[in-house]
Amino acid sequence: MASVLTNLFDGVAYGMLLFVLACGLAVTLGLMNFVNLAHGAFAMAGGYVCAVLVNNSGWPFFAALPLAFVASAAIGILLERLLYRHLYAGSHLDQVLFSIGLVFMSVAGVDFIMGSSRVFMKLPAALEGQIDLFGVGIGRYRLMIVVICGLLTVALQLILAKTRFGSRLRAAVDDPRAAIGLGINVPQVFAFTFAFGCGLAGLGGALSAEILGLDPYFPLKFMIYFLIVVTVGGSSSITGPFLASLLLGIADVAGKYYFPKVGPFVIYTVMIVILIWRPNGLFGRTAAR
Amino acid sequence: MFNRREMLLWAATTAAMSALCTAAPARAEDSVKIGLILPMTGGQASTGKQIDNAIKLYMQQKGDTVAGKKIEIILKDDAAIPDNTKRLAQELIVNDKVNFIAGFGVTPAALAAAPLATQAKIPEIVMAAGTSIITERSPYIVRTSFTLAQSSTIIGDWAVKNGIKKVATLTSDYAPGNDALASFKQHFTAGGGEIVEEVKVPLANPDFAPFLQRMKDAKPDAMFVFVPAGQGGNFMKQYAERGLDKSGIRVIGPGDVMDDDLLNNMGDAALGAVTAHLYSAAHPSQMNKDFVAAYKKAFGTRPGFMAVSGYDGIHLIYEALKKTNGDTDGDKLIEAMKGMKWESPRGPISIDPETRDIVQNIYIRKVEKVDGELYNVEFETFEAVKDSGKTKK
Repeated sequence: MASVLTNLFDGVAYGMLLFVLACGLAVTLGLMNFVNLAHGAFAMAGGYVCAVLVNNSGWPFFAALPLAFVASAAIGILLERLLYRHLYAGSHLDQVLFSIGLVFMSVAGVDFIMGSSRVFMKLPAALEGQIDLFGVGIGRYRLMIVVICGLLTVALQLILAKTRFGSRLRAAVDDPRAAIGLGINVPQVFAFTFAFGCGLAGLGGALSAEILGLDPYFPLKFMIYFLIVVTVGGSSSITGPFLASLLLGIADVAGKYYFPKVGPFVIYTVMIVILIWRPNGLFGRTAAR
Repeated sequence: MFNRREMLLWAATTAAMSALCTAAPARAEDSVKIGLILPMTGGQASTGKQIDNAIKLYMQQKGDTVAGKKIEIILKDDAAIPDNTKRLAQELIVNDKVNFIAGFGVTPAALAAAPLATQAKIPEIVMAAGTSIITERSPYIVRTSFTLAQSSTIIGDWAVKNGIKKVATLTSDYAPGNDALASFKQHFTAGGGEIVEEVKVPLANPDFAPFLQRMKDAKPDAMFVFVPAGQGGNFMKQYAERGLDKSGIRVIGPGDVMDDDLLNNMGDAALGAVTAHLYSAAHPSQMNKDFVAAYKKAFGTRPGFMAVSGYDGIHLIYEALKKTNGDTDGDKLIEAMKGMKWESPRGPISIDPETRDIVQNIYIRKVEKVDGELYNVEFETFEAVKDSGKTKK
């Protein structure tokens, strides 16, 4: 029984992590209709910024986390203004080719600067080990992930639903022309959203270094997971990818625990079944745009 | 018009090629060329860098002239992709007319070059790849690294002797992982041990959590682990996170997981892990102390077992050339290498005259803190271990 709950908890933590990593992609893909395969590169950037600050400059881990967000967001806004902007109107194939090229450049660049071996984060002792909660082993680091990611999700949902910026963003997405007519600065809204999504990825990258491992191949290795989250969740809201991440995280952990021989395929099976059932994802909108 | 031009070009190329071929025997006899094919980029790049560094160090120390010939290294990067290896080996042999091909970060790369070595009759010195079958693929292959069977069988024997009865295994699902598992299992169960749980994790595995939980619930005395060197650190951290260290489940395995290259960054979670391997940077011989000091001074990092394999590989080439008096005939060189014995930073080693594979001591080591850094400290030695992967056939 205890191990069932531990597995459930591990699955939730894994899912939450996937969500923070991938939700920026859901925003650019779903809301802005831009195929950005280089999303993982921003996550990697955040991870490396955090690792360098913690390991080399001696920053405390919790102070370095926000910096990972800021750094990735800054890189995001820079690239958005310089490069991405020109491809918003381009075909999806152009966008794919451009962003995959960016992935390869980021891989080679990081490999050159930081070396190809894995980077480990020096964590504060308070985050190591497990807490025993009524016989259920709860990893401290994973608990922290669940807390941070849970808070982020609530905050994101509130921003989208309740704030003025949120309504501007939704308006800009639903009908950019009408939104411009109403005096909303659509490019600015998109740029800001893009940067925010990149920042979240950076934060996710910093958090995931401990669990998924951080090396220059990160953007390539996890691209598939991000895409699964977005396709299964549908890309029209935050709720879809959130539930999809949780589902996939739990299914992945449970699959590997209970059926270790076929475990790695469970996540793909879940994806196939859901997509047969709902081709636009759990919360997809059917309108073709 | 265009076709005609192309035809002319072809004719010219063919003529040039045949001219080159006839000129080949008369090539400069005062230099020996070594084509070094290593993964210098990609996931295996640390292997390539270590070997390249070690060879540079050796040539710095011993000079670049042997038996009156100047040694020339031509380094090519195959990124551990066998198709590249084959193409590069061919270019090196045909265009650069190398006398040796060497390096080879992974098994498929070493195998891809094997038929070329046979055809060209030049020695192929394997300095990294560790699957048993490699040296059987060409009579011109000599290995200075290790085979996985060497360390995996020894740790199996050691576990039986040291009261470990129930073992759960966690190995990466690819050729070296399966090699390691098979050799360990054979020796461990033959000695009366029991495998209570056997998990093969996918090679591109992001999270060990569910597998580790399964290990924990199986309650073994120890877990046998083989994952690619890069993943070892993540594995050990999650092992500690889940409290497996406190529940008395020890980590044992071949030493790849505890590569010196990465060990110090793994954190205290790695403390106490027992592995069997050919080399530790903490090997107590004077020769090794000098080697480690020189390597650290030149490159700023600690040498790992790959560096030692490269160092011994180039030593083997030097010594073989000395023995043949600079003759670069492939068959003579291979004959010279067979049975060669020398003292390496890892301890005494030799080349098995029958299999052309390496014979070396395998050490049982435990991760301990020495002067504030993590090291594999050797505490037991199994002498002159041959590759059991071949001897059993």
